Amino acid sequence: MTCILETRSLNKEFGAVIAAKDLNVQINKGEVVGVIGSNGAGKTTFINMVTGYLKPTRGEILFNGKSIMGHSPRAITRAGMARSFQVAQLFPEMTVLDNLIVALAAAESARPSFLSPLRSDARIARAEEILKEFGVDNYRDSLVTAVPQGARKLVDIAMALIGNPQMLLLDEPTSGVSVDEKTDLMDTVMNAVRQHGVTVLFVEHDMDVVERYVSRVLAFYSGEIIADGEPAAVLADQQVRDLVTGHRPTTKQGNGAS
Amino acid sequence: MRLDKTEISLGLIALACVLFGFVSPGWLIFLLTIALAKALVVQGVVMQMRSGLVSFGQGLFYCIGGYTVGMGGQFFGIHDAIAALSLGMFVAIVVAMLLGLLLTRYREIFFAMLSLAFSMILFGILVKSQELGSTDGFNVHDWTLFGWAPEAGAGSQHTVFTMTVVSGLIVAVLIHRYTKAGIGVICEAVRENEVRVEYLGLSPRWLLYGNYVAAAAVSALGGGLTALATGHVDPEMAYWTTSGEFVFIALLGGLGHVAAPFIAAIVFSFVRTYAIEFVPHTWQMILGFTLLAVIIFLPKGLWSLVSREKTGERA
Amino acid sequence: MTSLLAVLIDGSIYASWLFLVAAGLTVIYGVMRILNMAHGSFYAIGAYSAASLVGWYFNNGMGPAWVSYLLLVGAALVAGLIVGVIVERGLLRLMYGRDEILMVIITYALLLILEDGMKIVWGVSPYFAYQPYSELGRTSLGLLKVSNYDVALVGVSALLGLGLWAWLERTNQGKVLRAVIHDREIAVAMGVNVKLMFTITFVLGTTLGALAGALTAPAISVVPGIGIEVIVLAFAVVVIGGLGSIGGAAVGALLVGLSRAAAVHYAPEFELFVIYGVMSLVLAFRPEGLFGRTLARKI
Ligand SMILES: Nc1ncnc2c1ncn2[C@@H]1O[C@H](COP(=O)(O)OP(=O)(O)OP(=O)(O)O)[C@@H](O)[C@H]1O
Ligand SMILES: [Mg+2]
Repeated sequence: MTCILETRSLNKEFGAVIAAKDLNVQINKGEVVGVIGSNGAGKTTFINMVTGYLKPTRGEILFNGKSIMGHSPRAITRAGMARSFQVAQLFPEMTVLDNLIVALAAAESARPSFLSPLRSDARIARAEEILKEFGVDNYRDSLVTAVPQGARKLVDIAMALIGNPQMLLLDEPTSGVSVDEKTDLMDTVMNAVRQHGVTVLFVEHDMDVVERYVSRVLAFYSGEIIADGEPAAVLADQQVRDLVTGHRPTTKQGNGAS
Repeated sequence: MRLDKTEISLGLIALACVLFGFVSPGWLIFLLTIALAKALVVQGVVMQMRSGLVSFGQGLFYCIGGYTVGMGGQFFGIHDAIAALSLGMFVAIVVAMLLGLLLTRYREIFFAMLSLAFSMILFGILVKSQELGSTDGFNVHDWTLFGWAPEAGAGSQHTVFTMTVVSGLIVAVLIHRYTKAGIGVICEAVRENEVRVEYLGLSPRWLLYGNYVAAAAVSALGGGLTALATGHVDPEMAYWTTSGEFVFIALLGGLGHVAAPFIAAIVFSFVRTYAIEFVPHTWQMILGFTLLAVIIFLPKGLWSLVSREKTGERA
Repeated sequence: MTSLLAVLIDGSIYASWLFLVAAGLTVIYGVMRILNMAHGSFYAIGAYSAASLVGWYFNNGMGPAWVSYLLLVGAALVAGLIVGVIVERGLLRLMYGRDEILMVIITYALLLILEDGMKIVWGVSPYFAYQPYSELGRTSLGLLKVSNYDVALVGVSALLGLGLWAWLERTNQGKVLRAVIHDREIAVAMGVNVKLMFTITFVLGTTLGALAGALTAPAISVVPGIGIEVIVLAFAVVVIGGLGSIGGAAVGALLVGLSRAAAVHYAPEFELFVIYGVMSLVLAFRPEGLFGRTLARKI
């Protein structure tokens, strides 16, 4: 097995707040990794550092064996690591279709054309296929601000996948989505991901969802990784139960608000 | 090259304008020329507004365009109008390529202020340049068009008018395409969500850079045409209130359509002509109240009045 | 040697004037996130009010000269207060919560309205109120002659700066204001009456602007357009210092003041250039200004 993403004693401090402390993570190609941890544990900070949005205070990040320290998010995206966001990052004044078309154009070339139209027939057709694949084709012409949270999350993830990444980091894909829709959403996403053979790491508050999809769990607490391993083992870990999951089986509601 | 409906309409309107030029009185021709030339400068402001940036210093390129035309004729023997206008655009592009490196790092009010500062720098330099007539500026040399010299006065006025209409048409068609092309749409995407653009693997900064340089060229063309039309340039062109006027016209028209800046500039020029004549000390006040009214009641500009009628109920 | 001294003296006088003009602007931005383009107009209103009142006082041969200083300040306070309250309650209150850049444009509209408003009230011919300026006489420093009024201005400006600082750092109201500056949401959550703080701040800012105008009036002829010239200078100063920072405005004023004085003495053709040159240079290296803070977007 080859390691696709590796971090070596990654640290991040915001003033007095320690958001990441000596994170040593190795993720292998093809793995599906779940990240759990209570609010403020440092999950998003981890993703932000790995994708170049935040600069780590100390440490090293390797993607496919090469250091990506100091690379911009766009360089890292182009290198094959894409992400979605806790709060979907879309173009609010565009339709769902146009959001995808912009993503398609970006995937084709880093230098957009000056005079030939963006909305070409080929791109529209491709975007429509993707909408179908993600089951949001009924929102084709709606403004993204007017569609339900779950659909927004899916569009956000679809835009990340359009660039054919090798690795995908999902930040709370199901937050703000009602409990019964969560599995549908995750099935859709995981199907798409499997077709592309992408390595996945996703942050999730709902342990049922975690157990259902992942082969490995990382548990964050206060900037540290307190457990890393098979889902069953991690979720049974006493420390994890005390600090992260609370007392199961009471399923913790995803924090849609934050 | 296939023309779409908008482009054909633009072409027809331009043709009508040119024909109108043969029958209309001189003062009206002059007013329209200035209005259309200003509208070109405003197009530059609008291009940047689409990408989320408000330039309070577009007068910089207006002034560069004007001064290059003036200086080309006065000092370097460039009398051909087309050559002078192109040179103006070229100089503006070079300046924009330099300033853009710094400016594209800024957004919002910082971009506004820094662009303002740059145009004030040019103003400061021009005011202190004796050879260029300091605050008075200087007159533009008589010019020719492909070797033909229009007779002074009405003849040359009419020629500038036609040139302005034709330039306006070319720029309008290009901008119309640009807006729908990759760079145009993605510049709007930058305005809407820069983080997402970055995470699509694109560089917001280089997009804004390209857009800034393109906008500078368009604005410089407007400045050059103004210089040809008025036969005079002065540092006021770079003063920040001039840029403020361009922002005003841009907001008045709105971002809805390439034609909007032209219409807004013409409305602006007419209102100004009459206001200055009849209510001399309230012209700016009228502008101020109009601006507030536009912001409150027509946030998408005058164009929204036109498009609302056409598309019915689309807010 | 003399010219160096002259640069220092001119520079500090100009700097203290710049600080007077910029202080209100930066306070308003710090608390309200409004980059107020109409600040120059408040300056002009202060200048007109003071000049017309002081002019009237002396033309009617009313009494001792020292009263005119009180009139200067009084005129500024009244004008700043009235205009500040009207503008904040009548216009800005309807606009809170909009984009910062849109607020710039809204205050630009306000500037246009006020510029003509002043022409309607005061006409277009110049106003003079030179008496308070000439009354104080001059001091000779070697070959240099310095007007005492200008020296006093340095003192006033320094006192005002200290006063503002003490108010922000040492009083309860200042503490609340700093909380609003630091994090508005938390301040609201703590029960701060942000609306009231906005009114207080805005009126304070306009009054500071008017005061700057009033104190400048004796040294200039008050004509239409002085506010338009001043506002861009004030922008340069606060942007250099970092928007919203009073200490920054002081440093920015010194930087601009001294560079301009140096330019005037050694290379007059660069006088205006230097101001915006310094601004561009500072921003090139510190986009947020010398004492500004940047907040990255949380995603
Ligand atoms: N840009 C920032 N500036 C300052 N502090 C930050 C920033 N981003 C995160 N933090 C702090 O770092 C800590 C970790 O935050 P992070 O967003 O990574 O948590 P999280 O595990 O994603 O939590 P949640 O489940 O709420 O999304 C928190 O204490 C947060 O307040
Ligand atoms: Mg998070």
